[in-house]
Amino acid sequence: MTDPLLTIRDLRIEGRQGRSWTPIVKGVDLELKRGEILGLIGESGAGKSTLGLAAMGYARDGTRISGGSIDFDGQDLMALSERRRRGLRGRRIAYVAQSAVANFNPAHRLIRQFSEAPTEIHRIRDRDEAEAEGRALYARMRLPNPGEIGFRYPHQVSGGQLQRAMTAMAMSCRPDLIIFDEPTTALDVTTQIEVLAAIRDAVREFGTSAIYITHDLAVVAQMADRIKILRHGMEVEEQPTRAMLAAPREDYSKSLWAVRSHEAAARPAPAEGETPVLRLSKVSAEYVRGTRVLHDVSFDIPRGRTVAVVGESGSGKSTTARVLTGLLPLSTGRVELDGAPLPDRLAGRSKDQLRQIQMIYQMADTALNPKQTIREIIGRPLRFYLGLRGAAQEARIRELLDAIELDPDSYIDRLPGALSGGQKQRIGIARALAAEPRLIVCDEVTSALDQLVADGILRLLRRLQEERGLSYMFITHDLATVRAIADHVVVMQNGEVVEQGPRDEMFAPPHHPYTETLLASVPQMDADWLDTALARRGEN
Amino acid sequence: MTLTDIKTAPPTAWFGIVVIALYILVALFAPLIAPFGETEIVGMEFEPWGGAYPLGTDNLGRDVVSRLIWGTRNSLGIALATTALAFGAGATLGLLAAVTGGWVDQILSRLVDMLIAIPALLFALLLLSIYGTGIVNLVIVIAVIEATRVFRLARAVAMDVVVMDYVEAARLRGEGRGWLMRREILPNAAAPLIAEFGLRFCFVFLAISALSFLGLGIQPPTADLGSMVRDNAALITFGDITPLLPAAAIALLTVSINFVVDWVLHRASGLKD
Amino acid sequence: MHPLLRMTMQRLALGLLTLFAISLFIFLAIELLPGDLTEEILGQSATPETVAAFRRELGLDQPAHLRYLDWLGGALMGDFGTSLANGREIGELLAARFGNTLFLAAYAAAISVPLALSLGLLAALYRGSWFDRFVNVATLSSISFPEYFVAYILLLFLSVKWGLFPSIADFGSGADLGTMLYRTFLPALTLVLVVTAHMMRMTRAAIINLLAQPYIEMARLKGASPARVILRHALPNALSPIINVVALNLAYLITGVVIVEVVFVFPGLGQLMVDSVAKRDIPVVQAACLIFAGIYILLNLAADLLAIATNPRLMHRK
Repeated sequence: MTDPLLTIRDLRIEGRQGRSWTPIVKGVDLELKRGEILGLIGESGAGKSTLGLAAMGYARDGTRISGGSIDFDGQDLMALSERRRRGLRGRRIAYVAQSAVANFNPAHRLIRQFSEAPTEIHRIRDRDEAEAEGRALYARMRLPNPGEIGFRYPHQVSGGQLQRAMTAMAMSCRPDLIIFDEPTTALDVTTQIEVLAAIRDAVREFGTSAIYITHDLAVVAQMADRIKILRHGMEVEEQPTRAMLAAPREDYSKSLWAVRSHEAAARPAPAEGETPVLRLSKVSAEYVRGTRVLHDVSFDIPRGRTVAVVGESGSGKSTTARVLTGLLPLSTGRVELDGAPLPDRLAGRSKDQLRQIQMIYQMADTALNPKQTIREIIGRPLRFYLGLRGAAQEARIRELLDAIELDPDSYIDRLPGALSGGQKQRIGIARALAAEPRLIVCDEVTSALDQLVADGILRLLRRLQEERGLSYMFITHDLATVRAIADHVVVMQNGEVVEQGPRDEMFAPPHHPYTETLLASVPQMDADWLDTALARRGEN
Repeated sequence: MTLTDIKTAPPTAWFGIVVIALYILVALFAPLIAPFGETEIVGMEFEPWGGAYPLGTDNLGRDVVSRLIWGTRNSLGIALATTALAFGAGATLGLLAAVTGGWVDQILSRLVDMLIAIPALLFALLLLSIYGTGIVNLVIVIAVIEATRVFRLARAVAMDVVVMDYVEAARLRGEGRGWLMRREILPNAAAPLIAEFGLRFCFVFLAISALSFLGLGIQPPTADLGSMVRDNAALITFGDITPLLPAAAIALLTVSINFVVDWVLHRASGLKD
Repeated sequence: MHPLLRMTMQRLALGLLTLFAISLFIFLAIELLPGDLTEEILGQSATPETVAAFRRELGLDQPAHLRYLDWLGGALMGDFGTSLANGREIGELLAARFGNTLFLAAYAAAISVPLALSLGLLAALYRGSWFDRFVNVATLSSISFPEYFVAYILLLFLSVKWGLFPSIADFGSGADLGTMLYRTFLPALTLVLVVTAHMMRMTRAAIINLLAQPYIEMARLKGASPARVILRHALPNALSPIINVVALNLAYLITGVVIVEVVFVFPGLGQLMVDSVAKRDIPVVQAACLIFAGIYILLNLAADLLAIATNPRLMHRK
């Protein structure tokens, strides 16, 4: 049993761009022993998913495996016929995808999808056997009501449970190898920890080999025996997990480590009695009459400071932003801008009030009009609010581009499509700055970005804040981001503020029970974290 | 759509582009090309092909070649005007409904739902029977029918754009409805709308010629491809294909437009992936 | 109330409301006529007596809302009044023709629906192949052709040149099914050619639209064959658009046959309608419109309900 299960040599994969092919994976080697778990780490575009799929002899439409060899248990996958490869997929090599909601077929019941591979496709079990096995695996994955849950359709099951059901489905034929492709990325942290534990236990129990793909170092530290770091389709380095955590060798790896511990310097609290830029007092709101989504939310955003609003999906943090930008009228309570009441509807606000509050979005892709050049995007608020045009406008646009560290000459005439994700986000910042606001609402502005790029954005925001005395309301689900930027933290759950206070107080005990759960669920860069966290949960 | 895009077009699209260009030339220069006048009676009825009248004469003794050229010009011009009218109204209201939402959207959408629930040909027949046949009535009736279809598409396309954060950003900035429609939404909805223009033109062209074929569209003596089929239909039973020529002329143009639209849509969806 | 039942009732109510709105529209269209209908129809030279008689006959001497209620009430009982052109009962006039039109539509549907769906699935399965490309060009052309072009080509070859089928699709009364099918083969074939292309393209597009879905890739990664991916994983999710396009084409088969009926001199409702429009026999046109609109709405309603029934999200609530 010492011979490797999977050996990949000098693998090259290309993707089609228009009429030509550009390399995605540029000669990667990989070896996996039976029962071993290999973590694949990398930023977006590193080629990790493509590599994971190639381990199944599969290339997505628009990509092709152009060189190298993939040897699975003595068979060269590249040399096999497509029919033979299909015979291996699902039966001996299985796949668990990022979004379980999107990867379950909405038209069929879970148990039917579970038993499809063993009964209908590979014909290694009969239906009763497969379904009994399904119930057993659902129980093992700690799904509630395992005898019954299989008869539900995907839309009737929550995201965390679906993710576990998908892992169970991958195990339906007892494969030798499972590819996990970011299986917990789409989940809230408190759900993620449960799914991680369920996956790890099941994989250990059956001695299944696995390739675990993620961009989150702390997550892979809990799951993998070895970690391989990829960048731009090439290997950066590979080490056993503990060695990698303790001492990454390459500069790129070290920079990934450094980003995680980035923390902004604490600033003195605002002076007693100073009027905050924005004050929410007992704000409630509802989308549908009678069902409140916000309950008595109150907090201040002081001048020149950052207030982070933290919570999981459905906590009401984005709704709070919609209320203060005027998109959602409030039902009760009041919002004050600089001590003066702010009309709750967008249409009731003056141009100057609109100018004071600007917004930066999570998805920079959809936040910039793809048909407008950078000049038009930044120039419009200059003209609209400040009446700048012609040479004055041009000069200010260039000034703003300088401020966000993009070279005016090469960027001013580009369309957003010709920018990277981080650059688009910078343009979003410039557009907000152009209005010369007092407050900028940042809605998960770094969560769609890679860690290094996100870190650059956070540093830029911090610098602009100090130079211009801006206030930020920073909506995020990520506690590392909070640590890196916030002065003040507001924790929300189910539309209510459960706790708030200065950042350093919030990260130190005692905590509100929900804050405690939230903090305890964030994976740490410690291979033993999951065990410790689970043990601690068991005690409570 | 740049020159290089056209160079990489598949043969069907190339074929389409060339044919469309030819039709436009014929329509523009009909007075120069046509050997005889539009309504000029030049010989006996149903003269055979060849000689002075390469495709013979029609049921009144008019030169078929000339009638085809004039008919192309008339059919094309009327269909184009109708489509433009339908598009102006339908697209404007569709964008307006998407941007404004609320009761404006509700009223417009329900009205369109109701009009669409009446099959197009029936709708046309009903209105033409009441208001009488004639080019102006024809153009208005068909334009109203097609505008409902354009409205639906324009609204749907605009709805996809309205939910984008950049539109929200413009709203939050305090921009008015006009800016949202013209500057934020229209440029991003243009590609499907242009393709739709091609398709709608085909429908209009076919609908008008169908009505003319039934004798309810463009009235004699104006030359028009649909009514030319009707006028000479009797020849078919003698195995003479002359009446098929105007029908083929219609088919050739609509096929060509569809080829080009198919390519444009395919390209647009390919770029999205 | 059960949500499913409520949804069904909602659709039903909406259908009725639409039908009511259309009836109002059909009726009001005449009211909007500039000047008087009688003058329009009888011409300027009509004597006052004829005009008065004509007005009485049409009920034009009564206020509009009474006439509307009268007309709608009559229509509900199957009484559409009398024809202006020949004074016959419109209900009777329509009944026989309507049966013929339904027969022709059913004939064409029985061939085209299964044909279109299987061709659509095959084209989706072998997308990009020569078969797919050929079908694409062929159906695109067929959609673009005027119906009378298709009809005359078939007539020219199958009837005039080779004499296989009759060019006039009149089977009289009392003909047996075989004779009816034979005599109406050409119009049915024309309709099949026209609607199959549209349904087939939409079926293919509905399936192909789904192929980028992650659950399709998941099926492939479970080892499913291409045919299984299409039939078991894509098709069930594409049912709603496919049902809709089938309903749309069935409605077209009933309401859009006008031209085919004219070419083949088929005694159907469409033919009657064209004649009535030419003669400006407005009560007949109104009646035919109302019946057609009713069928159209009924078919759409059926499609809606079928789409609900095949959607697990609606059938099995959270």
